[in-house]
Amino acid sequence: MAIKTYRDALREAMREEMLRDAMVFIMGEDVGVYGGIFGVTAGLRDEFGEGRVKDTPISEAAIAGAATGAAMTGMRPIAEIMFVDFTTIAMDQLVNQAAKWHYMSGGRIKVPLVLRTTTGIGRRTAAQHSQSLEAWHAHVPGLKVVMPSTPYDAKGLLKSAIRDDNPVVFIEHKMLYNEKGEVPEGEYLVPLGKADIKREGSDCTIVATSLMVRRALAAAEALAGEGIDIELVDPRTIRPLDIETICTSVSKTHRLIIVHEACGFCGVGAEIATEVMEQAFFELDAPVVRVTGKEAPIPFSPSLEDYVVPSVEEIAAAVRCLVKGGE
Amino acid sequence: MEALTMEKRLKMYRLMLTIRAFEEKIVEVYAQGLMPGLAHLYVGEEAVAVGVCTALEPADLITSTHRGHGHCIAKGGDVKLMMAEMFGKDTGYCRGKGGSMHISDIELGIVGANGVVGGGIPLATGAALSAQMRNSGQVVVCFFGDGASNNGSFHESLNLAALWRLPVVYVCENNGYGISVAQSRHQAIKDVAVRAAAYGMPGVTVDGNDVEAVHAAARVAVDRARQGEGPTLLECKTYRFRGHHEGDPNRGNRYRSRQEIVAWEEKCPLKGYEAKLLAGGVTWEQLEELKEKVQQAIEAAVQYANASPFPPLTAALADVYAG
Ligand SMILES: Cc1ncc(C[n+]2csc(CCOP(=O)(O)OP(=O)(O)O)c2C)c(N)n1
Ligand SMILES: [Mg+2]
Repeated sequence: MAIKTYRDALREAMREEMLRDAMVFIMGEDVGVYGGIFGVTAGLRDEFGEGRVKDTPISEAAIAGAATGAAMTGMRPIAEIMFVDFTTIAMDQLVNQAAKWHYMSGGRIKVPLVLRTTTGIGRRTAAQHSQSLEAWHAHVPGLKVVMPSTPYDAKGLLKSAIRDDNPVVFIEHKMLYNEKGEVPEGEYLVPLGKADIKREGSDCTIVATSLMVRRALAAAEALAGEGIDIELVDPRTIRPLDIETICTSVSKTHRLIIVHEACGFCGVGAEIATEVMEQAFFELDAPVVRVTGKEAPIPFSPSLEDYVVPSVEEIAAAVRCLVKGGE
Repeated sequence: MEALTMEKRLKMYRLMLTIRAFEEKIVEVYAQGLMPGLAHLYVGEEAVAVGVCTALEPADLITSTHRGHGHCIAKGGDVKLMMAEMFGKDTGYCRGKGGSMHISDIELGIVGANGVVGGGIPLATGAALSAQMRNSGQVVVCFFGDGASNNGSFHESLNLAALWRLPVVYVCENNGYGISVAQSRHQAIKDVAVRAAAYGMPGVTVDGNDVEAVHAAARVAVDRARQGEGPTLLECKTYRFRGHHEGDPNRGNRYRSRQEIVAWEEKCPLKGYEAKLLAGGVTWEQLEELKEKVQQAIEAAVQYANASPFPPLTAALADVYAG
């Protein structure tokens, strides 16, 4: 198996789908000549031409809305919004249009749209370029929300998202683009709505998303040395959520910690905790714990930025407290 | 309009020099890793901020952009507090919580830089509404780029401001690009100023590298706004000499030609103005002395920033809400 970066895996997914289906095209700010500000679409304009890799004006509402309109009428657009922070400008088109037309038309109109965007901290770009807004999108019936944490998942999930007949908000973490991992040659898909167990263990389940999967994995390695055996579940898709896999894991470990970068209030972790309580309450030996971003905008200064999102150490400390706390 | 005094002209030159020196220092400290985050530099565009801001009264207001260092300096911002903010220090304008893209100084009328392209345009419109409702006599200047003029926020704001005759001047810094996308590839017009007609306000295009031309046009627009005659769209044609941000390699030659960059460097707003001042009777020694002073102020700013502490971690959770 080849080792590839998350960035290259994403590009391969788009390239393969564009070769497979002439209706697939890319539109977004600086996706053409520049190859995307994080280099994800590099080279695609040269290969497919300006007709299928379109640089757009800085018009987020029109990007999301025009992509939706194109999707409703036979195309399969991959629209890019540079930062998830700016999907707020596109929200009417996503929430009131893309998410609703299949339903409002009694199932007659399909909206096979992928909206790719980037999330998260790490580049010291402060309050308007570093947020985690997946809960906004996941709150809307009709939208699917995907957050891959590895190159393998990134490619397989993006291909599935492109083939899906629903609007999919596909959220990439900017600190994962250079991460390397195994990506098979040849065709494969990762289904939407299916969680993955990134590490098997018996003492405590951690459910983590996006960049936090890596941090939770690092915490798990450290804890292994202390005799604590973590099972790490990555939902990969936030909506639809694979609660079954999470509950199965909880039934095995009887403890649950949820880790995400977004702040906790009304976050995805609140949904997961509630669903586990509803479906597997008697499997739990202890209350569910959330380790989340703190309740503040993302500050600029590096030490402050690092402070407001969960660190490996913070995750490990929460596990120790949960596993050993009762002893 | 009365002619500019030599004092005023030298002030404009000093402000342009300060912006240039500040930005060139950023190139240096950014490369040294002293400044985290993004640095969108204003080198080459100095005449716009300076020509416009010197047409304002101290109580007037501005909104700025991601490329905002020049606006801040031209409106009287303190380079020490700016530099400390760039370094993420507790003594900076935003206590290290904002960084380059979010500097504000409400006392100086700097309503704030903005990380969201077009994000400041409705804010400027609202500040003008506030000035009108408070009958304060203030005028608001809204800086934004050619790229921003394609965002809905631009169109909605200009319509509203014209409708309500708000005291605001929309200053489009047309540097020909939104990141890598040339103007001809992001809008089907050559002059952003033509859009003014659609909203019912005057639209003016000037050479944005000629500080006095910018100043003259800004004064007309500012006077108009102050007299209750409503907004103006003022387009200043200019060029950025650096890449979109430090980190956009080779000053952006992936998407623009070497010849184009060099041709614009010939039209450097500072060089052009120096020649004009010398012809007007200023001596070379005077200019050298000014340069010396400006450089010292920038060095002092770096020293201040370096010597300042980082904010305590408790700062991260403070100021989320007022009161
Ligand atoms: C709403 C929004 N979309 C995209 C971006 C990313 N971005 C930052 S600067 C920029 C280009 C802005 O071009 P222009 O308005 O011409 O200003 P310039 O950089 O040329 O000064 C883009 C697309 C952003 N910050 N905000
Ligand atoms: Mg521009």
